[in-house]
Amino acid sequence: MTDIASSSFVRHDLVGERPAPVKTTGLIGWVRTRLFNSPTNILLTILGALLLWFTIVPSVKFLMVDAVWSGNDRTACLTENAGFAVGACWPYIQAKLPQLIYGFYPEAERWRVNLTFILSAVLLVPLLVPRLPAKGLSAGLFFFAFPVVAFFLLRGGGIAGFGLSWTAGLLQLFDESIIGAGQVLLNLSKTSAIAPLLWVIGSLIVLIGTAIHWLIFPLTWLRDLIQASGQSVWADFAITAVVVSLIAFILGGGLRTGWRALASSIVTFIAMAIVIKLMGLDHGGLPIVTTNLWGGLLVTLVVSVTGIVTSLPIGIALALGRRSTIPLIRIFSIAFIEFWRGVPLITVLFFATYMLPLFLPGNFTVDGLVRALIGIALFTGAYQAENVRGGLAAIPRGQGEAAAALGLSWWKTTSLVVLPQALRHVIPNLVNSFISLFKDTSLVSIVALFDLLGSLRASFSDPKWSTPSTAFTGFAFAGIIYFIFCFGMSRYSLFVEHRLNAHRRN
Amino acid sequence: MSTEARKPPAQIALKIRRILGGKTGWNGVAVQFAFAAVLGWIAYEIVSNTRANLENQHIAAGFGFLRNNAGFDVNQTLISYTGSDTFLRVFVVGLLNTLVVSVVGIFFATVIGFVIALCRLSPNWLLSRIGELYVEVIRNLPLLFQILFWYLAVLAALPNPRQSISLLGIAFVSNRGLVIPRPIGEGGFEAFLAVLAFGIVAALALRFYSRRALFQRGQVIRIWPYVLGLLFGLPLVTMALFGLPFSFEVPQLKGFNFAGGSRIIPEFVALTLALSTYTAAFIAEIVRAGILSVHKGQMEAGSSLGLSRGTTLRLIVVPQAMRVIVPPLTNQYLNLTKNSSLAVAIGYPDLVSVFAGTSLSQTGQAIEIIAMTMGVYLLISLLTSAIMSVYGWRVSRSLGA
Repeated sequence: MTDIASSSFVRHDLVGERPAPVKTTGLIGWVRTRLFNSPTNILLTILGALLLWFTIVPSVKFLMVDAVWSGNDRTACLTENAGFAVGACWPYIQAKLPQLIYGFYPEAERWRVNLTFILSAVLLVPLLVPRLPAKGLSAGLFFFAFPVVAFFLLRGGGIAGFGLSWTAGLLQLFDESIIGAGQVLLNLSKTSAIAPLLWVIGSLIVLIGTAIHWLIFPLTWLRDLIQASGQSVWADFAITAVVVSLIAFILGGGLRTGWRALASSIVTFIAMAIVIKLMGLDHGGLPIVTTNLWGGLLVTLVVSVTGIVTSLPIGIALALGRRSTIPLIRIFSIAFIEFWRGVPLITVLFFATYMLPLFLPGNFTVDGLVRALIGIALFTGAYQAENVRGGLAAIPRGQGEAAAALGLSWWKTTSLVVLPQALRHVIPNLVNSFISLFKDTSLVSIVALFDLLGSLRASFSDPKWSTPSTAFTGFAFAGIIYFIFCFGMSRYSLFVEHRLNAHRRN
Repeated sequence: MSTEARKPPAQIALKIRRILGGKTGWNGVAVQFAFAAVLGWIAYEIVSNTRANLENQHIAAGFGFLRNNAGFDVNQTLISYTGSDTFLRVFVVGLLNTLVVSVVGIFFATVIGFVIALCRLSPNWLLSRIGELYVEVIRNLPLLFQILFWYLAVLAALPNPRQSISLLGIAFVSNRGLVIPRPIGEGGFEAFLAVLAFGIVAALALRFYSRRALFQRGQVIRIWPYVLGLLFGLPLVTMALFGLPFSFEVPQLKGFNFAGGSRIIPEFVALTLALSTYTAAFIAEIVRAGILSVHKGQMEAGSSLGLSRGTTLRLIVVPQAMRVIVPPLTNQYLNLTKNSSLAVAIGYPDLVSVFAGTSLSQTGQAIEIIAMTMGVYLLISLLTSAIMSVYGWRVSRSLGA
């Protein structure tokens, strides 16, 4: 005991307090660790603060503090009249707002544009909010019904016939083209060295054409009969409804399971009838507003929504074609995709504007807006194809094999098992493509269409509003609109991505 | 009793089926025939319609127009060009202008992109927020919008040449563009060039030798003092011996414009600014993702081996990040090249602007001109993707080894 007692050390006084460690929590600690933890960082923080000071402060000053808020023409926005260095000239935007949104759309008809905007917003909400039910129905409404309704709302005009007349007309065109090709071959055979071969092929093609002509004769005869009657649209509509419903009934499984298909077909046709009646399509519809009067945000939205709606089916078809086991289809899809992805959009628009009219029959003129839309659809379709292909590659092979083992056909396997999973995988990528599409719509202003940017540029040349700050004000306004749309879409894509990866989070 | 092995059934039909129809068999063959027929029909329609339309418009198809006189001027040419040159020359001039703006844009986009990426990765909160703000704003505005903004708003707001902003008294910025001093070769130019070339070759040889020594004998040779001497010391000595290699012709304000120096047109400035800042936002995201993709353990393993932070970054982190960065980075370079075609909106004389724009409206040869223009871009992108697949193949091989 004594040993231990003598050798042990017993402290009699308390150790002095050590200084508190450097604070790393709270605001002060955060500032210290994230902003001022080393000489380099202090320097960088000061540099960053200076950078912000010299960009944010002048912008805010320009947009809000020094801005002119009311006035009738450029004199209100001149420094000598306002008495201070003038920033943004907002009365200019107020004066040009109709032009920036509607272009030259007639003032009396602008309610149609507003109605279309409202309609698209209403139809888009159930599609975008994941919690709402009936995704199939809302997708059908937005991707099929809305474009048609929007077309008749924005452009106006009515219809002269319905499904039957259109089918008959298309088949007739096709038939005439086939017979024409045969005739050309027959003519060639008179001079060519391989005359017999050409003659045989040519006669064969003419024969096929003639056979088709007689095959579709009942259809054309019926069409002529309907057109001669007074109520051509409604008679045609009724016949189409009956035929399509019957086909749906039979394909849906006949007496056993076909009732559901029949019911949905009838409901669809009733809805169509209501729309036709409401918009008066059967007798002329709304007054026609030609597309060269369209402009501003309207054109931007029309081009981007059409691009979105048309590029997705093209993309899916090309992606499936690229994964097909049939060589010719695969090669064609690869060539098609790589071609459109390899060229800049502006050359595609030039192609659509200058070359496409040459490819079509001479009596067949295509509207300038439609030409640009075709170019954009092909271009975006190729990009979407690569997105969809990524999704298809992410689906395990076992899914398709299991479906095949259950006896599903290729079409059913693809449309019921593989595609729904693949598309869900790539929603963020698809939305990102939509963002670039939305940004790219500004390019149509180069081929003489007045979208938001084109209208803005046109409004700069108005001498009534030419002031030193006009250009900056206009760009600020258009920039805010573009930013809201693109930023909104990118946030939505992040949200969906987050939701899709919910099972991976821990 | 022995039974002879039965002969395998004749496989000719199977083989034909396999060749023609792929895995799908005769169904596939039928589908292909139908598909080929439809394609043939569409092709026939296009050809016959085009022929009829061209006849109606009295346009002669063919590339003969390339030898005709262009008869218009181009305001930026890298090779000598006058209005009396041919359309083929216009094509080359436009192509060179496209390549110049792409190369300059790629250079600046890479520099800005890496700086922004480093900002976003910085532990400094303010800096990373600034990087994020830059990326979000730039990425969510259309490129054409930005080009027009720089051209119509910012550059147009600059003062006229008389009140131009002087940069250190040698370069001048005005609404007529940027005027910079022009180098003029002097007496010592050839000797200077020869010595510089020798220095570069010698420095490369030295580096090759030192790496060989490191890998084969484990011998570390410090070469940077010699390299510095070769690249800077030798040329300086030559300059002292033979006199200055070139002098600069400083632009002077005479009357309403500048005399001397070389002028960079405002279209080029606006296009380069917009293209490089726009692409930089995308490059920044790619670089950030690439660096984040390298596992933290790699850095820790490097430092536990006793490597310094710089060496770890240079030898361990960056090579692994580059593997992730390079393919999308090339894609961005390609995008920048394709986006340079937006020059047509502000009148910078690139390929699309002078060839698919002016030449097309003068000759009306839509098919030939647009096909040539598209062909150039297609060729560039196919070449790039070919190079990238070789790169991918090499990377995967080195990973496998």
